[in-house]
Amino acid sequence: MIWVAIVAAGIGCYLLKLAGLSVPPRVLERPLVERVADLIPVALLAALIAVQVCARGHELVVDARALGLGVAVVLLLLRAPFLVVVFGAALVAALVRLA
Amino acid sequence: MTDAPLDPRERSAIIRDSLGVGVATGAYGVGFGAVSVAAGLSVAQTCALSLLVFTGASQFALVGVVAAGGAPISGALTALLLGTRNTLYGLRMAPLLRFTGWRRATAAHVLIDESTAMGVTRETTEAARVGFLTTGVSIFVLWNLATFLGAVAGNAIGDPRRYGLDAAVGAAFLALLWPRLHGRRNQLVAVAAAAVALATVPVVPAGVPVLAAAAVALLAGLLTRGEPA
Repeated sequence: MIWVAIVAAGIGCYLLKLAGLSVPPRVLERPLVERVADLIPVALLAALIAVQVCARGHELVVDARALGLGVAVVLLLLRAPFLVVVFGAALVAALVRLA
Repeated sequence: MTDAPLDPRERSAIIRDSLGVGVATGAYGVGFGAVSVAAGLSVAQTCALSLLVFTGASQFALVGVVAAGGAPISGALTALLLGTRNTLYGLRMAPLLRFTGWRRATAAHVLIDESTAMGVTRETTEAARVGFLTTGVSIFVLWNLATFLGAVAGNAIGDPRRYGLDAAVGAAFLALLWPRLHGRRNQLVAVAAAAVALATVPVVPAGVPVLAAAAVALLAGLLTRGEPA
């Protein structure tokens, strides 16, 4: 199933890119379409964060991952590079679990 | 848009800047590789994602949904929804790049946030092509190499939770979301989407909460008609 999802996502994402370069701009360049397209990444990423950090199966829990996310917020406010943010959050979560 | 030839010094400046962005972005691939094997994908599946999907947020989304126990197809759908922004980048880039035929088909694969950013500000077609292609191709090569390294390293260290790699996924999404949190509307949409996702976690299959949150974007787009972004 994972392979099917990988190939489907690969083909779909490629076609979305190609469509942008090929479709006459007027077909898609409407204010509503542009607004929704701008907001979709915001909504999806926010939802992915919430699920990734708080869900364990069908339960909501607060554990070391929440602390990791807090560390990520601080690092982003300090304008740390992407990899520092990602691995900084991992390091703190790992340390908390050791304690 | 003009066909004016590109001054050699301007060309090297564009190439230098684009390679800088390419190296910095390509290195994220290590994070993706490690996170993907932590989610339970094999090294081969992880590398296939970087080769075939090649748009970071979509790749992280697919493995994030799988890591949360969601159906892989929910992950693929989430990846596609996130991939729609590349279509808009394409609309903006098409009149600048003016590629046709196999060049357009090839260029489409490296149409992502960073290549668009490094191409969209140029004044001539040649300058736009140099910025877009240098950035896109250097990221493609480095992102795939880094993915492989991250996946192999992630596989070698054993239980990913011991190293906090499950916490790294949330941090990666936050880092991708961060630059989009400008403006009141975007912030409200982010909070509402997170709330919808959390509220639906106990009652629907894994993977569906994230898709449900996409409805918030649709609703907000419909309701904020006419307001400045």
